[in-house]
Amino acid sequence: MSVLPFAVAAWVFGVGVYGAIVSRNLIHLAVCLTVTQSSTYILLLAIGYKAHAGAPIFKGVKLGTPAVDPVVQSLTLTDVVVSVTVIALILALALDVHRKSGVVDPDEVATLHG
Amino acid sequence: MRRQRIRAVLAVPAVAGFGALLAWGFSGIPPFGRFHGFYGQLLNAVATPQRHTTNVVTAVVFDYRGLDTMGEEFILFAAVVGVVLLLRAERSRSRPVEDDVGSDAVRDFGIVMVGVTVLVGLWLAAFGIVTPGGGFQGGVAVAGGIVLVFLAAGYRSWRRIGRESFLDPFEGVGAGAYVVLGIAALVIQGFFLRNLLGPGRAGTLLSGGSMSLLNWAVAIEVTAANLVLFTEFLESYLRPYLSR
Repeated sequence: MSVLPFAVAAWVFGVGVYGAIVSRNLIHLAVCLTVTQSSTYILLLAIGYKAHAGAPIFKGVKLGTPAVDPVVQSLTLTDVVVSVTVIALILALALDVHRKSGVVDPDEVATLHG
Repeated sequence: MRRQRIRAVLAVPAVAGFGALLAWGFSGIPPFGRFHGFYGQLLNAVATPQRHTTNVVTAVVFDYRGLDTMGEEFILFAAVVGVVLLLRAERSRSRPVEDDVGSDAVRDFGIVMVGVTVLVGLWLAAFGIVTPGGGFQGGVAVAGGIVLVFLAAGYRSWRRIGRESFLDPFEGVGAGAYVVLGIAALVIQGFFLRNLLGPGRAGTLLSGGSMSLLNWAVAIEVTAANLVLFTEFLESYLRPYLSR
C-alpha cells in the first residue's frame, strides 16, 4: 500500500492554501487558488486508480479487462472546467480592481474602499 | 504589514480545522490501487454493450451524467458572460496596432502549426466517443491552435477571428445546441436528453448515437469560450495602445 499519491495531493493543497494566506497580489492569489484546486485532480484520480488496470477505454481491448474507475475521471474533467472558468472570472475581477483603484494588493484594496 | 499578521492569525484555526478534517477523510480512503467503486465497475461493464461507445468516460459525461454536463456547460457560459460584462467596453479603434511579426521563420512555422493544432483538436473531439478525448479536450486544443494565429501572424490577422460579432454566435450556439438536443429527445421520446439516434457500431465514428452531437455542441462551446476569453483579455491589455 502506498500513501504517496494522497500525500502529494495534501502537499499541493497545503502549498496553495499557504500561498493564498500570505498573498500580496490578486493575480498571485488567483494562481494559488488554481494550485489548490489542482490537488483535487490528483486526489480524485488517485482514488479511482486500480493496480494493474488500464484506462476505461475498450477500443481494441476486450470487454471485462480490469480498468480504472471512469466516474472519478469524468468528475476530474468537470473539476478542470470549473477551475478554468473560475480563474477567468477572478482574473477579470482583478483587472477591474486594478483599473478602478490602481493596486493589486488585496490589503490595500480594502483600505482604499473600506 | 499589520493586516497581513491578522490574516495569518485568522488562518491558523481555519487551517487546523481543515487539516483535521482532511486527515480524518484520508484515514477512511481505500488503499491506493485497491478502489472498488460500485458505479465505476458497473459502468465499465455495461457502457460499451449499452451505448456502443468504447470510451466509458465519454459515455458517463454525455449520457449517464448528461444533465450534469449541461450544467457544467452553463457554468462555462456564465463565466464567459461574466468576463465579457467586466472587460468589454466601448473600444475606439482609431489607430490599429502595429505589431507585425518580424521573423519569417516564426510566421511560417506558426501558420503551419495552426493547421496541425486545429486538426489535432478536431480529431480529439471527433473520436472522443471511441478513444481518449472528447468535446472539452478537443475544444481547448482547437482554441489553442486558433490563438496561434495571433502569435504567428500578429494582431491584425488575429482581429479577423477575434471579433465579438464572429465569436459570440458560436458561444451561444454551442450552449444552446445542448439544450435543444435535450428538448428534442423530450418531445420525441418523452425523456430529456435521451439518446435519439441508434447506438451505431462500437469503435467507429458512427457510435454512441446523439452523444456525438452533444459532444460537438460542447466542442463548439468550449472553443468559442476560450477564444472569447482570450479576446477579452487581449483587448483589455491593448486598450491603452489602441486609443492612444
